[in-house]
Amino acid sequence: MKIRYASVLLLILVAVGLVAFSLAAFGSPSGNVKSLGLIPCTEDVSSLAPGGRVFKVCDGETKVVIQVPDSENTGRMSKETAQEVADLLMQEWTKMKQMKAQDAPMVLAHKGEPHARRETRTWDMELDNAVKEGYRAFHDSSLGTNGISCDMCHPDAMDNHPQTYPKFQTQLKKVALLRDMINWCIENPLEGKKLADDDPKMKALETYILWANKGEALLPGKH
Amino acid sequence: MKRKFTRREFLKVSAQGAAAAGLASLLDGFGLPSTRSAEASPAVQPFTFAYISDAHLYEEKLNKRFVRSIEKAVADVNALNPQPDFVLFGGDLAQLGQKGELDLGKKILEGVRAKRYMMVGEHDWYLDMGEHWRELFGPDTYSFDHKGVHCVVLNSVIVEDYWTAPKLTPMERMKAMAQLDNPNGRPFTVGEAQRDWLKKDLSKVPLDTPLIVFSHSPLYKYYKNWNFWTDDAEQFQAILARFPRVSVIHAHTHQLLTNRIGNIEFHGVLSTAWPWPYGPKGLPRFTKQQDRADPFDQFDGCGWGTVEVLANGGVNKNYNLWGRKPMKVTDEWLSTVNEASLPDPYEVGPHY
Repeated sequence: MKIRYASVLLLILVAVGLVAFSLAAFGSPSGNVKSLGLIPCTEDVSSLAPGGRVFKVCDGETKVVIQVPDSENTGRMSKETAQEVADLLMQEWTKMKQMKAQDAPMVLAHKGEPHARRETRTWDMELDNAVKEGYRAFHDSSLGTNGISCDMCHPDAMDNHPQTYPKFQTQLKKVALLRDMINWCIENPLEGKKLADDDPKMKALETYILWANKGEALLPGKH
Repeated sequence: MKRKFTRREFLKVSAQGAAAAGLASLLDGFGLPSTRSAEASPAVQPFTFAYISDAHLYEEKLNKRFVRSIEKAVADVNALNPQPDFVLFGGDLAQLGQKGELDLGKKILEGVRAKRYMMVGEHDWYLDMGEHWRELFGPDTYSFDHKGVHCVVLNSVIVEDYWTAPKLTPMERMKAMAQLDNPNGRPFTVGEAQRDWLKKDLSKVPLDTPLIVFSHSPLYKYYKNWNFWTDDAEQFQAILARFPRVSVIHAHTHQLLTNRIGNIEFHGVLSTAWPWPYGPKGLPRFTKQQDRADPFDQFDGCGWGTVEVLANGGVNKNYNLWGRKPMKVTDEWLSTVNEASLPDPYEVGPHY
């Protein structure tokens, strides 16, 4: 008796498994709704699958072409068909997420296209030049008038803690940004003339200081 | 009545002494760590000396800030009562090694009441390779004895020549050496010539004599990028290993700094001109860190100090930080503390 129940249970499980498998492979229980394929939003669908109805998946980047009964190819679908389409979209979206996770190294930005190498090379080169410009200014005593340069107290931009700005600086009587402290140092220990906020030298100094402190957690207000 | 020392006993003691001397010369330069004696070395009379260091002077017409600082230190040392036995200047009197800077420094230090011993730093040396320094202050390497202690003064900022090939001008060489974070710099050394001189100098010193070595660079390896480093540190330390009591008093680092390696204790001195942050790695566990400097106070993080030389030949190191409570590192603590029990300085220290 027990064995019979067990084998019946096993048969039911297998049947469910088969149904689930066929659903996944082919579409809806009624067989009327079927996925014909996925395609990026930027691409033209018409050549892909005639007779399919096009839906957008929630990621906003991917279209799913789904075959529905001919009578429901346009306009409002019946509740039954709509539910089957929704279930299929959910399946496709889950598959998409898994695929994307596996493809993680590729950075997708700007309309689904990866960054071109020319683009990333330009970024690196331009930033590198700006950092070098900042390094030069940081080590240049002509920012002041008495021979002192920033690196003398701050080798390798240590003890600048740019990650703690903005913060209220009592001695400056205001909430200071990094550039305010840079200017204070230029005016006081270096005995120089302060730079305008948008002076290319100021931007260069900030660039170098921030780059040299890369990786520090942002902690505005920390003293 | 006291029994006379018999001839046999005399010969036995002589033989032991000769064997010890023979063994010592055999080990000369190789060094085995010896146990430190806690007893008073009979010849040491306790004394105190003061230090002023790292003045980094520009000529007055360009920069008065550093002039004010060294003058403040001179005034403070002169106010000590009783006066120290001598004052050691730790190097970097000038900022760019120029004649005007060195002359100004000499003039200011002549105001120190106590006897002065001078030591050279890289900022004094690399404009003219020490020519004017030697004219003003004499040899850069020498030794002297004081109240039972043997003191050695080194020029430990010798670097490999990297200026001749690219034909750098003297000022270019000086500025390259002056830039602490210079990525193209070369490490400081004591160098073979001075190590040989040191071996010879110490061969005449009895083993139980406490030593004090004055050096600009730390004589150990802390942070290479800023030349908080002496590249032949191990060879230097080996020469000293057979002496039970050795204290290194070094400059260059502009911060409270303490270390102990084998039988040697290392103490950094303060700068009068400006403080430096602790290096991002390599800080010895023995260092009780001074708090970050307040940039709005030109004297903060700077100062001068004194060293008490004790009857047992060890030293207590005092840091007189301007505007702050003085800090002290005692021989009693440093010579006995278990290094492994001390916390990682990067977990407890001020974050720079």
